[in-house]
Amino acid sequence: MVRITRKIEFSSAHFYNNPNWSAEENRRVFGKCANIHGHGHNYVLEVTVAGEPDPETGMVLDLKELKKILQREVGDRLDHRHLNYEVPELAGKIPTCENIAMMIWGLLEPKIKQGKLDRIRLYESPDLFAECVADSVASNGRQPSRGPA
Amino acid sequence: MKVSLGRRYRFAASHRLHNEKVSADENRRLYGKCNSPFGHGHNYVVEVTLAGPVDPATGMIANLGELDPFVEKEVIDAFDHKYLNEEVPEFQRLVPTTENVAREIFRILEKFPAAKLERVKIEETSKNSFEYCGRLERTGRTNE
Repeated sequence: MVRITRKIEFSSAHFYNNPNWSAEENRRVFGKCANIHGHGHNYVLEVTVAGEPDPETGMVLDLKELKKILQREVGDRLDHRHLNYEVPELAGKIPTCENIAMMIWGLLEPKIKQGKLDRIRLYESPDLFAECVADSVASNGRQPSRGPA
Repeated sequence: MKVSLGRRYRFAASHRLHNEKVSADENRRLYGKCNSPFGHGHNYVVEVTLAGPVDPATGMIANLGELDPFVEKEVIDAFDHKYLNEEVPEFQRLVPTTENVAREIFRILEKFPAAKLERVKIEETSKNSFEYCGRLERTGRTNE
């Protein structure tokens, strides 16, 4: 099994607000992230796909194909957007790094047809990231082998 | 799918790799220039990974407003600008290799109450990193 990883960057605005709480409670829990005018980040997403290289091409998944999927599912949806207002998949959720990563996992997993989505790591800054890992990897560190499609 | 949260912190400290139980020659053979008697130092990076459910009220595994002060108080204040061999009690009996530093920091951060500690990774330099995941003893070392 081989893992391949591709990165994509996007820049978005967000703020944290739980509508069930008072403004004071939001400020107490979320600190400066609660500023309703929002702020932004340069997010970096690393996407890892695991599988066996196709004997004909030597590739787990053509990185050009992965690049297109990432642009369509992530870049077009999130880049230069306000995550609180412009991303229907995040409606009703607080756009934390954890929630954005889980949303991206849900978008990408069904789109990876060759190999299998293994892990994604979303950096909100160089010092903060959320990671999603496939259950098979999280449970025993091994991935069942999967032949070329 | 399992989700986790990672946060990176930094401290600068000095250390000396030296085992009192073996001879000076053996220490030099074992630890090379890391055995230099006056010690040397690194800019350490500590990457802390927490797992656990995402709280629907906050969207978070752990609130950085709680995690950052905890790590600052328990680790950074104790390790930053210190001589690990003499100023961190654990290393008066343990050689402060970065393997042992990772285990010690894991032991300290396991007490963070709000989320489950999954992994501590320490970058001793940009070329060396060490990971400790607790009882499973899945300690890894990459060395260029």
